[in-house]
Amino acid sequence: MKDRAKIAWMFLTPMLVLMVFVAGWPLARSIWFSFTDTNINNLAEYNYVGFDNYFSEYGLFGNSIFSAEFWGTDWGVSIKNTFQFSIISVVLETMTGLGVAMLLNQEFKGRTLVRTAVLVPWAIPTIVSAKMWGWILHDQFGLINQLLMDAGLIAKKIAFTADPAYALMTVVAVDVWKTTPFMALLILAALQTLPKDCYEAARVDGVHPLRVFWKVTLPLIRPALLVAVVFRMLDALRIFDLIYVLTSNSGSTISMSGFVRRDMVDNGNLGSGSAGATSLTLIIFVAAVLFLRATRVKLNEESN
Amino acid sequence: MNDRPLWGSIVLYFLAALVVVISVYPFLYTITTSLKSGTELFSTSLLPDHPSLNNYVTLFNGKQPFGTQLWNSIMVATTTVGISMFMAITASYALGRITFKGKSALLLTILAVSMFPQVAVLSGMFELMQALGLYNRTMGLVLPYTVFTLPFTVWMLTTFMRGMPKELEEAAIMDGCGPMRIIFSVFMPLLAPALVSTGLLAFIGAWNEFLFALTFVSDDFNRTVPVGISMISGATAYEIPWGSIMAASVIVTIPLVALVLVFQKKIVSGLTAGAVKG
Repeated sequence: MKDRAKIAWMFLTPMLVLMVFVAGWPLARSIWFSFTDTNINNLAEYNYVGFDNYFSEYGLFGNSIFSAEFWGTDWGVSIKNTFQFSIISVVLETMTGLGVAMLLNQEFKGRTLVRTAVLVPWAIPTIVSAKMWGWILHDQFGLINQLLMDAGLIAKKIAFTADPAYALMTVVAVDVWKTTPFMALLILAALQTLPKDCYEAARVDGVHPLRVFWKVTLPLIRPALLVAVVFRMLDALRIFDLIYVLTSNSGSTISMSGFVRRDMVDNGNLGSGSAGATSLTLIIFVAAVLFLRATRVKLNEESN
Repeated sequence: MNDRPLWGSIVLYFLAALVVVISVYPFLYTITTSLKSGTELFSTSLLPDHPSLNNYVTLFNGKQPFGTQLWNSIMVATTTVGISMFMAITASYALGRITFKGKSALLLTILAVSMFPQVAVLSGMFELMQALGLYNRTMGLVLPYTVFTLPFTVWMLTTFMRGMPKELEEAAIMDGCGPMRIIFSVFMPLLAPALVSTGLLAFIGAWNEFLFALTFVSDDFNRTVPVGISMISGATAYEIPWGSIMAASVIVTIPLVALVLVFQKKIVSGLTAGAVKG
């Protein structure tokens, strides 16, 4: 059996070497850069600045995070945007996903067709869905504006992607459209493992279907549901491409990742951008740990 | 289930139709928009009165090298999938079939890495790409892509490896098969569906990647297609060629949608195996 362990490590070596050199090393360098004033055009010349990128007068957290001013800075706004986006869209996705999954769990003619159709938004690349919805939601020629006008619901066409009042919710809506299939499929898989006899018994006893849903279905699919939520949440918190393309990274929608890239690449401040990247990672990590603690999800079946 | 009241059926079919329309109509509209030209582009009717392939012609003859970018995307995505699948098969055998010290910790690390935000390594990766001379080279993207694809493919294949029958492996060991032969001769046929679904998901991930492709390639001819689409512009900054953008979107999406629809059962089983335990 000792030989087997040796074989295991031999098989894992290529992967581990690659991970250390191409993921671990860049991560370490990024953290190091965050303590310097490196510019993207010349990586070799820099000064060590300690925690200045984080806490100095011009640092990310220069205004105390408890002050109103901090939440008015670009970085504060991007944190707020990211969490607003993530929480609202994951909650909505979970609900629509649950709805679609319950629908697909029913027996009816054409169910396979519906299941196939549901996969389409998921198969569309994010950039394409951003462009596609950008056109459908266009402020002058968009389909949605035309439909709303025809129905008499609005008097003036809305600039969904540009108007700060609508932009973030537009991003949420497009994200929900795109990721509902993922949620629905995961939840459907969980629904299909549920014991049928439970439902038979409930039906014979005349228990109201809503009560069955709350008391039987939801508790039974809870573990699978929470795992899906964790995956989606972690994905949502690092959002970049959808916002970058759909709303051009505008101030009212910019995410943490978008802020970091703008600082690092567009403004060339590799050092302070790296500080943003490191803070972002820590923020997501803390959020994930808190969520896992609160819900007691076990992501790894072997870890218990 | 069959004794559903009439109103129940009506609601059910209405909801089913609604779901289908919301899922499919936007892309259908994109396809038909890509066939509209001239002023017709600005009408919101689904079907064009005079369908034409003008937008597609402009796309391939435009100032953006769309054809080259398409080829770049195909090359980068397939190479990434090839390399990470090869490394993942052996690694997942070790993780799924062999008990050794530190395995749980390793699995958790892999999961954590696959959830890592890409911007976290952006500046370090930028430096590494420049140092290795891979900056602004299409195939250079394979390196960061592999690192971000590998944890996910290993994680998925490990769940599939775990499900392989124990007796099969024991019999193979009795017959004197080494681990390489167990993986590639004994397990391979059984793993084929899992490999297809994992490979497809990895391909989709690499095909859609945006942040690295945007940051590590600066030359139009070396870009991949998602970045290319985001940068399609008209003669002036105020004139956005929506027709060409829609045509490009259709070209990039059709193969993906086709793959997903053909392999939908496998993809669904892959997705659920990757995320839901039990």
